[in-house]
Amino acid sequence: MIIQLNGKEYQVPPEVKTIEQLVKQLQIKQRVFVIEHNRMILQKEDYPHTSLSHGDVVEIVHFVGGG
Amino acid sequence: MLQIGKYQFQSRLFLGTGKFSSLEVQKQAVEASGTEVLTFAVRRMNLENPDQPNFLENLDLNRYTLLPNTAGATTVEEAVRIARLARASNLCDMIKVEVIADTKTLLPDPIATIEATKILVEEGFTVLPYTSDDPVIARELVEAGAHAIMPGGAPIGSGLGLLNPRYLEIIIEESPVPVIIDAGIGSPQDVVQAMELGADGVLLNTAVSGAKDPVKMAEAMKWAVIAGRLGFEAGRIPKKRYASASSPLEGMVK
Repeated sequence: MIIQLNGKEYQVPPEVKTIEQLVKQLQIKQRVFVIEHNRMILQKEDYPHTSLSHGDVVEIVHFVGGG
Repeated sequence: MLQIGKYQFQSRLFLGTGKFSSLEVQKQAVEASGTEVLTFAVRRMNLENPDQPNFLENLDLNRYTLLPNTAGATTVEEAVRIARLARASNLCDMIKVEVIADTKTLLPDPIATIEATKILVEEGFTVLPYTSDDPVIARELVEAGAHAIMPGGAPIGSGLGLLNPRYLEIIIEESPVPVIIDAGIGSPQDVVQAMELGADGVLLNTAVSGAKDPVKMAEAMKWAVIAGRLGFEAGRIPKKRYASASSPLEGMVK
């Protein structure tokens, strides 16, 4: 399965089926971030039951320095 | 005491967090500034390098209120999307609405800014729109429900100071909500001028992060805000064309 992750094609490993598993795979669980899945903003409690499908568009954003 | 929506602040200095040379310098500058409000931008995470240090993640969030911006947005839709993403962090519900119309001057798109402000106020955000020094647009933003308005002194990052203090003065006079002078501040004298005009606060970034000694400049800005505010509250003397002696004319030794 291939998804668009932060604007780039990303080959999802076969064992990763949900957003929760994607977060674990990317090793960002401890970080401060927000996920948008196919233009829908997710809350943390949505991660386990949000399934990934081929062609999904996922954005993972965080806060950076800015004025 | 500065009140914006449901928030109260002792410090009238809002500090941006962009373009600091290192996280250590930034940390010290934030401390020296005495600020309680820090702005941030929302961007894609670098997933190839997830261990990169992040300033916000090392902050004591009990001490600071976050003011994320919608910088980079050029449309209402983009600004609203960024604002919603920022709020979904559950760290803040304040948003600096910034919709840019021109890449060279970074001047805001007034119509899109008003529209985005309306939508975000409706959605329950505490909205602080970045706007030009136009008093008519400022009034429209207040009508749109903005909790504070943030007119620019000069183009972002230019350090030119207050290009149109007379219009800023009108905005301050007319606004029922706090006015934060945002953008274009170059040095402490600009801050004092803004505060003496009656601004409720200033938001600056490059003037500190780009200074030779950002930590010292952060402290200078802290005192400039305090001095300017006290001066405004004290009420300055009227200007006169000719001298009037401070020492008595009576009793001179002849």
